[in-house]
Amino acid sequence: MLTTKQSRLSALLIPILSVLLGFIFGALLMLLFGYNPIDAYQAMLMGVFNSPYFIGEAIRQATVLTFTGLGFAIAFKAGFFNIGIAGQLLVGWVAAIWVALSFPDLPRIILLTISIGAAIVAGAVWAGIAGTLRAYFGTSEVIVTIMLNYTALHLTNYIIRSVLTTGNTTDMVSENASLSVGWLTTLTQGSRINMGLFIAIIVVFLYWLFMTQTTAGFEVRAVGLNPDASTYAGMSAKRNIILSMLISGGLAGLGGAIHGLGTFGNLFTQSGLPSLGFNGIAVALLGLGNPVGIFFSSILFGVLDVGAGFMPNRAGVPDEMADIVIAAIIFFVGANYVIRLVLDKMKSNKTAEKGGE
Amino acid sequence: MDIVSLLQLIVSSSLVYAAPLIFTALGGTFSERSGVVNIGLEGIMVMGAFMSAIFNLSFYSTFGAMTPWLGLLAGGVIGILFSLIHAVATINLRADHIVSGTVINLAAPALAVFLTRAIYGAAQTGPLARSFGFSDIFLLEKIPVIGPIFFQNTSGPAYLGILVAIIAWVVLFKTRFGLRLRSVGEHPHAAETLGINVYLMKYSGVMISGFLGGIGGAIQAQAIHNEFGILTVAGQGFIAMAAMIFGKWNPLGAMGAAIFFGFAQSLARIGNYIPIIQDIPGVWLQVLPYLLTIIILVGVVGRSTAPKDLGNTFIRSK
Repeated sequence: MLTTKQSRLSALLIPILSVLLGFIFGALLMLLFGYNPIDAYQAMLMGVFNSPYFIGEAIRQATVLTFTGLGFAIAFKAGFFNIGIAGQLLVGWVAAIWVALSFPDLPRIILLTISIGAAIVAGAVWAGIAGTLRAYFGTSEVIVTIMLNYTALHLTNYIIRSVLTTGNTTDMVSENASLSVGWLTTLTQGSRINMGLFIAIIVVFLYWLFMTQTTAGFEVRAVGLNPDASTYAGMSAKRNIILSMLISGGLAGLGGAIHGLGTFGNLFTQSGLPSLGFNGIAVALLGLGNPVGIFFSSILFGVLDVGAGFMPNRAGVPDEMADIVIAAIIFFVGANYVIRLVLDKMKSNKTAEKGGE
Repeated sequence: MDIVSLLQLIVSSSLVYAAPLIFTALGGTFSERSGVVNIGLEGIMVMGAFMSAIFNLSFYSTFGAMTPWLGLLAGGVIGILFSLIHAVATINLRADHIVSGTVINLAAPALAVFLTRAIYGAAQTGPLARSFGFSDIFLLEKIPVIGPIFFQNTSGPAYLGILVAIIAWVVLFKTRFGLRLRSVGEHPHAAETLGINVYLMKYSGVMISGFLGGIGGAIQAQAIHNEFGILTVAGQGFIAMAAMIFGKWNPLGAMGAAIFFGFAQSLARIGNYIPIIQDIPGVWLQVLPYLLTIIILVGVVGRSTAPKDLGNTFIRSK
């Protein structure tokens, strides 16, 4: 879907209509169970937009989603389905916190660089395992990345309880490893928004540059479009599988570092895989693989995620509703054949009318 | 602990953990044999687990000891309904199979917990009214030595699963329906030329997978966790898919692989009683099933071939 050629108009219309249909589906479901959908959506949107603090929080959430979304998108462009984003984010988080706790007294710029660098490497290695197995043994990257997700989850909890500390939460990292930016925090009345936002914007630009302006990016796209033709043209499918998975995991790991150092400043045991990983998949699909599209999709999902917290108290609706809406949106993006069919029909009707004049 | 009771413990707990995997792996086999990848099985298991928990709590007073078994049907039915979403999306709406499966995996836990909150006011149902517990297999339990090890105090659903695996094998390889289903997964256009209704076959494959996956989830809730919550299924659907691949898309192979994975998972629970294994740190036993899955997939690929047309959208000839 990300690889088919589309006219610019329907490339914008499909995500917008999918979002609308997703919200409508959620509203119908709420009506069915006797909830008031207008109250629920109002609680969600007003909750976020009426307060600088929660706008900051939504953007912070969107920042991490941008990294996981870009990570998923690059593997998808190359023709691979990296469901392991959540696990790669988690190992990135562990690596960043581990390094930051180990060298608390290094100067800020150096400590941040090596912490984030370690997270990128950890995420890349975790995804690289799946890429290498796919390239050399043809092993399904879907199953391998899922298995590595659960492996990452159990190992993370083990590392927290047995290596980093004896409890369920590590110490906070030092000031030198903090990503917070004074004026942003003040502007948003103390939200956890951080310099990850600027890193995300830079990465969005670099991603665009890599995919459209470099030979390596061209090869990744070509292999995704037609592996046989690319191999015939002298590109190495194996090399591109591994490369795209390394970048994919590296981006997820970077997201983990931003989440760990920026949002929490520590690491704690997890009962399940971070939903930021799976929502990253949703963000990438909604953004149709376009980096700018992914950025804006992230903001939408950031608002949904943070706004969902207002629904139980203000409208009595369980906050899982937001996840249902997200799933419905992706359903319509995935089944965009129907949307396109309707759009095409409308278009051909219009031209037919014009022809009759 | 003497050797017979140790073996009894290993066999019965392996089967307890294998039972949901057997059913779900068989479900995956039917779907993929018809050419539709169904990674949504994880989500379908979640819905099956949810539905059976509701059924179990609501109807225990009516059905008594039969409740968990009927709960399997409840799980299977909701599994069919949920698999229809996947069928419509992939077969009619030409959605990417993995995207559609991912949607199901995103939607199912959210929807199930949403409904649990709507009904029980909490994210978990709380303990079920009656779980499967352990049963003796009629007559077979009386065989000396083998009886106590394999057939006493063991998992009833697992033996049902073994029976269903045999039936599934007969259906897939010895009936006209099975031949048609497989032909659609290998070469749908050729099948269409011969007058086979490709869409109908694909729908059957996906709906059977929904039924069996829902049952798998129902067993997970009623035999292992004894409640429904967000962590009830946690990856079992994916492990079942790995079992299907390990079993070379053959029902009997999938069943065998599922029992093996059941054994691997049970080690984290019973490892303390088994010599040698009790010295391995717990974290390795926890990640063992997942790492083993990867190692096995690497090992069997090449000797295991998927249906030829798996994952492609079939567009009817005009």
